[in-house]
Amino acid sequence: MTQPENWQTGGFGLYVHWPFCEAKCPYCDFNSHVVASVDQRPWAEALAAEIRRYAEAVPGRVLTSIFFGGGTPSLMAPETVATVIGAARGSWTFANDIEITLEANPRSVEAARFEGYARAGVNRVSLGVQSLREDDLRKLGRLHDVKEAQAAFGIAREVFDRVSFDLIYARQGQNLRDWEEELGEALEMAVDHLSLYQLTVEPGTAFWDRAQKGRLKGLPTEDLGADMYELTQELCAGAGMPAYEVSNHAPAGSESRHNLVYWRYGDWIGVGPGAHGRFSVHNTRYETIAHRMPGVWLPAAQAGNGDLSRDVVPMEDQAIEYLIMGLRLSEGVDLERLHNMSRSVAPDAVIEELTRMGLLRISSHQLKATLEGRMVLNSVIEKLVP
Amino acid sequence: MSTPQHLIRNFSIVAHIDHGKSTLADRLIQLTGTVAERDMKAQLLDAMDIERERGITIKANTVRIDYPAKDGNTYVLNLIDTPGHVDFAYEVSRSMRAVEGSLLVVDASQGVEAQTLANVYTAIEADHEIVPVLNKVDLPAAEPERVAEQIEDVIGIDASNACLISAKTGIGIPDVLEAIVTRLPAPPEKDANAPLKAMLIDSWYDPYLGVVVLIRVMEGTIRKGDNIRMMRTGGKYGVDKLGVFRPQMQDVAELGPGEIGFFTGSIKQVRDTRVGDTITTEKKGAETPLPGFKPSIPVVFCGLFPVDANDFEDMRDAIEKLALNDASFTYEMETSAALGFGFRCGFLGLLHLEVIRDRLEREYDIDLITTAPSVIYHLYMKDGERRDLHNPADMPDLTYVDHVEEPRIKATIMVPDEYLGDVLKLCQDRRGIQLDLTYVGGRAMAVYDLPLNEVVFDFYDRLKSVTKGYASFDYQLEGYREDNLVKMQILVNDEPVDALSMMVHRDRAEMRGRAMCEKLKDLIPRHMFKIPIQAAIGGKVIARETLSAMRKDVTAKCYGGDATRKKKLLEKQKAGKKKMRQFGKVEIPQEAFISALKMDN
Repeated sequence: MTQPENWQTGGFGLYVHWPFCEAKCPYCDFNSHVVASVDQRPWAEALAAEIRRYAEAVPGRVLTSIFFGGGTPSLMAPETVATVIGAARGSWTFANDIEITLEANPRSVEAARFEGYARAGVNRVSLGVQSLREDDLRKLGRLHDVKEAQAAFGIAREVFDRVSFDLIYARQGQNLRDWEEELGEALEMAVDHLSLYQLTVEPGTAFWDRAQKGRLKGLPTEDLGADMYELTQELCAGAGMPAYEVSNHAPAGSESRHNLVYWRYGDWIGVGPGAHGRFSVHNTRYETIAHRMPGVWLPAAQAGNGDLSRDVVPMEDQAIEYLIMGLRLSEGVDLERLHNMSRSVAPDAVIEELTRMGLLRISSHQLKATLEGRMVLNSVIEKLVP
Repeated sequence: MSTPQHLIRNFSIVAHIDHGKSTLADRLIQLTGTVAERDMKAQLLDAMDIERERGITIKANTVRIDYPAKDGNTYVLNLIDTPGHVDFAYEVSRSMRAVEGSLLVVDASQGVEAQTLANVYTAIEADHEIVPVLNKVDLPAAEPERVAEQIEDVIGIDASNACLISAKTGIGIPDVLEAIVTRLPAPPEKDANAPLKAMLIDSWYDPYLGVVVLIRVMEGTIRKGDNIRMMRTGGKYGVDKLGVFRPQMQDVAELGPGEIGFFTGSIKQVRDTRVGDTITTEKKGAETPLPGFKPSIPVVFCGLFPVDANDFEDMRDAIEKLALNDASFTYEMETSAALGFGFRCGFLGLLHLEVIRDRLEREYDIDLITTAPSVIYHLYMKDGERRDLHNPADMPDLTYVDHVEEPRIKATIMVPDEYLGDVLKLCQDRRGIQLDLTYVGGRAMAVYDLPLNEVVFDFYDRLKSVTKGYASFDYQLEGYREDNLVKMQILVNDEPVDALSMMVHRDRAEMRGRAMCEKLKDLIPRHMFKIPIQAAIGGKVIARETLSAMRKDVTAKCYGGDATRKKKLLEKQKAGKKKMRQFGKVEIPQEAFISALKMDN
């Protein structure tokens, strides 16, 4: 007999997607749209209406986190943010230590709005610094410079309890020593959280088109990328910011609670164009996907439902998703929970083989990827999935 | 009534890819009103996709054109489009023997190129009258004088009165038609009442008519209703349908000396017809066949296996269908420990192999693994027995083998002087023995005795590459000779991969083994563990490479919205793996099998 799926271990979060940007970055494959200006009033109301609709479907929960992502959520007016948070507060009980994060561009225009976000209830920001080198910021298509980013970071630290920032590395022409130096500077700056992403060239981006034409030169080889990754683990751990996930670093207790909801495969509601959600009702897990195009989503949400689809996630798919998400964490996945979802995912023989190869290990019922395993996680997961 | 012989002109067009052969053919057809304007499709004569893509003609095509000339007579012009590759050298030579003249089409800006040369020499050998035609003279880069000079220098024919044309715009086409009539000879006068001798130029399968046979009547007359006999194969058939191509089929009652046309006669398989055979009537037939017939013998062999074992039955059907239409292609079933069920197939050469493989993959949608091409070795066993070895995998233990003989060829290579050094080095690297080296009008002609197994795979590609395409190459089989030949095995992760086994000369084994291992190291994707790749002779490792373990394969960002996408990506990756074959724990991509064999230098 299967037991009810224990989503509670992962918590319950709300994701809000703000799809607008001032410019499209050449590496970005997120659902973002460049527009001159947006009348935010109807958007705020539509997002709030969507939250209330979900509250009817998933009532009586305790909300552990809210995350404003995008796009560029720091283009939202503080009033818009306040409306959305207010709708969430009216829909679910807030946990005492609820984490409310907003992604922000590290620019002076946005920093001027930080106070307003804090008043609206935001208590954590994640700044898209991306690089501490001017030339590379230009190549990444960013509109800020290093000084401006550092200033914005300073303001954020004064205004919010918790501040994280992102860097992109393994960039064009970057060598191991360049990165060591830049990461050193970043670790001097960092306080409680740091996201370090290796540049990946995704379909649908300007970088992808350039790469297809052979015009994206100087990207690191697999081996250099691996060396950079290993160096990153070493330096961050040494600075008290170990990796708790493939690309995320924090001292214990400072992890992004919202993102842990995904990786621990909890329940989350997604509102806004293209947002995805997963939530359990009566022991059935649903996947929701909202209309991707802002011009389609808004009237749909205004008419009462912004979703493109809502489907049941079969047990085996849940197991696969849990594995995909959970093995990214250094704490790994709960084997019992995983096998409770499906016995065919992660069969013992494959676990044994990958353990012998030094890619996986099991400690107190948690199946974890070793550092080597995490570096080749896509292949590890491919092996574990039937 | 058949056409009076003095009003017939039979010709072919010799040209390099893209120099405008098909466009010119289309213009000739169009200008003479052979095809109504509205039925005109670009490039009427090229039938197969593969031919069009590769710019080569594999099957001979033909068209008959009526042309009212300035002298007041209406002439019958027969154009035969000939194959253009050394693999089909014999087919080309037969097509050339079926006509008396050639148009040599050269791009007026590009000049003479290698492929043109090989065919123009075949035309000269067939005693053709040749009319040079300079195409694309309307382009700014055109240099007709320089190119005409080059034709005289390189080929040694008079190009002073070459036709200057633009096949695209139609400039000069009437001159070409006049030149065909005034400068090309009529077929030699032969007796229409003599016993029939018609040469089989080509044949192909038509789903409605059965096999269609393209013929050139040399002597006598063929009539609808005749009972005919193929003099070499002995097959007997009734002529059900007799006709000409305009380019669509048009029935005629008879074909006399000098005429080109087709017949059908309930022939079920193309295999029953052989290019170069002589057709005569069953009663009062000719006594001796036309000279020059050679049965086509496959010289290159390889195994073809479906990537997905479930495709085997489909593959069998596809191969049977292809074989019906191609007498020079042979096949028999083969099983391999690693690859399962497949076929051992024989081909005229490597291009032929690639064409057949492409057609199987494209027309029948079957993904294939091609094993190392091989030739037929003669094994002389210690007990006195002689065996033919088609497949290196079948090589018996050396303790039972007294000696091995391999097929040799006589290769003739013509090349501009400046590339000669590279060509000689290539021949030497391939164990060639120089037989002759002479100069013909600024071009060197090297004649080499070469082992066929050194040539079958990528010799022609290498030759083209070291001479920038300026070499022409022809060869004929010269019999067998003993040499120190051994079977080299390739082991991937300590497992022998049969499909990569090959026969090599002992002295070249280390070099080849090293090259193979290096290539495979690049072709096999990294796995989660390191993989030794070795070449071995009889258990002794002669070369080794190690493919290091994969070090990084992880998605940088994966958040709530990515779960669905990652799951789909995973499914796609799994499907992609099905295109690879598993050898032990290692997945080898399909293209690795053929790429590993190519030698870059």
